[in-house]
Amino acid sequence: MSNYAIETVGLNFSFDNQTIVKDLSLQVPKGSIYGFLGPNGAGKTTTIKILLNLLKSPSDQVFIFGKEINSNRIAILKRIGALVEQPAIYGHLTGRENLINRCILLGIKKSRADEMLSLVGLAEASNKKASKYSLGMKQRLGIAQALISDPELLLLDEPTNGLDPNGIIEIRNLMIDLATTHKKTILVSSHLLAEIERTATHVGIINKGQLLFQGTINELHLLSKPMLQIEVDDIENASTLLTRYGHEIAAKTDKVITVPFSSSQKSGELNTLLIQNGFTVSSLYQQRKDLENLFLDITKTN
Amino acid sequence: MRALYISLISEFYKSRKTLAFWAAILLPVIICGLISFGFYQDAEKIIANHYPPMILWAKYSGTALGVMGFLIMPFYILFMAFSVNNIEHKNDTWKMLFTQPLNKFSIYASKYLYAVFLIFTCLFLFASLTYSFGHLLQVLVPKFNFNQYNPSNILINSYAKLFLASLGILSLQFILSLLWSDFLKPMGIGFVGTIMGIITANVGWKYAYLNPYSLPALALKITRVKKGSDPLDFAIFTDEIWTSLIYALVLFIIGYFIVTKKSIK
Repeated sequence: MSNYAIETVGLNFSFDNQTIVKDLSLQVPKGSIYGFLGPNGAGKTTTIKILLNLLKSPSDQVFIFGKEINSNRIAILKRIGALVEQPAIYGHLTGRENLINRCILLGIKKSRADEMLSLVGLAEASNKKASKYSLGMKQRLGIAQALISDPELLLLDEPTNGLDPNGIIEIRNLMIDLATTHKKTILVSSHLLAEIERTATHVGIINKGQLLFQGTINELHLLSKPMLQIEVDDIENASTLLTRYGHEIAAKTDKVITVPFSSSQKSGELNTLLIQNGFTVSSLYQQRKDLENLFLDITKTN
Repeated sequence: MRALYISLISEFYKSRKTLAFWAAILLPVIICGLISFGFYQDAEKIIANHYPPMILWAKYSGTALGVMGFLIMPFYILFMAFSVNNIEHKNDTWKMLFTQPLNKFSIYASKYLYAVFLIFTCLFLFASLTYSFGHLLQVLVPKFNFNQYNPSNILINSYAKLFLASLGILSLQFILSLLWSDFLKPMGIGFVGTIMGIITANVGWKYAYLNPYSLPALALKITRVKKGSDPLDFAIFTDEIWTSLIYALVLFIIGYFIVTKKSIK
């Protein structure tokens, strides 16, 4: 039995001779919240559509719960709930009717519709036409639709799109609760790293159809090199001195010199060197490059 | 079978508040109502003609059949084929339908069957309302002689022919509406086809029956000619009906292959 809820093996996909996904090998462990990150147009939605068999993948490249997708389409779809791009909602039906329609298609109890409406906070608007919903309400209804069959695997394509800060926090907490309490596997795509950072256990970064990084969130943190920031008077002379003593200057502003951090001892020696040469060091601290910058770096170099 | 059944129920559930569904009921009610009202208003003039009961029924039911067969029916079918598919295009819900654990054939066939069901409902109501409003007229104006002839056979035969002759157009328009999300392309093609159909059917062109759009008009035309002799003596399964059924079947199968190959972008 495979330990991955989703596994793609060298997946390639192109539209009209244009390669959208190139040699993609996703590995989403069961029970994880997998943040699928990439700038707009990186191939995230296409990948999600391939995982749902909306777009036909070559055989033996996509496996969900260890099963090949093209030959096990229905069995796999039974275990997946999805929200792809804009939520698929019938505007002339009410929120509740949209969910009941989904219950009919799935052959499940209609009472699930009301449970889901309360879960996503739409109980009061349940009898309002969905076309009258705000963007955030539509997004919630879309999430309710994805959850209604109580699936083991959730594919959420930018689920917090259009939500206000409260809504974003609610969805984030809901995802954490689903993964920890209910043991669901969640693949959530986003172009914002800050959003993924708070929920995801694993991260995959995609750009121009290629996977540039895949691993746990801690592995991603390790990638970012720590730096030493030195606040000192007379920046120009201080940096000349440091260079003379063989230190690499990573960055320099009119207040702060940044050098690569190697160890606490080395930091102390640097401090002593500056003071002994008559500089006033007002502050000296270690800083990790934040993930947002790291993300930009990773996607830029591609 | 279960997948087909639940897809059909879902089709009904989501369309029951749309014009497409209500048109199937309102169209026959309005047209039959108007014709009956006209007969009621002109009762004295009509009675003065002393039509035999069979001819009276033929005149009465022929008004609705004529309007339907030549003009409204083809457009009604264009509209049905369009609206059954447009509900998904408009709401961007194809991706939702095709991510349900249902086989693609059920999703496709249920839409097609639902359109067939709506057309059947519409024509069934036409036949039964013609019958019942005729008898209502008899009650309101006892001098009519509607009660002296039973028109059930002629009504059933005519509307059955009209229904079967429509299936060819339905399958063709169904594919067009499935492929294109906009209103103009399938409607434009349907409109041109229908006009051509009416013309070719009326000039009696030898190969008119090969144009699916001319089949409802052709089906009724032959009914009319035969009416002069014995109204019950016309075959349902004439050439144009077979043509329509063959078109329907072939295009239905082609449509299914389009659906299985369709990528949801």
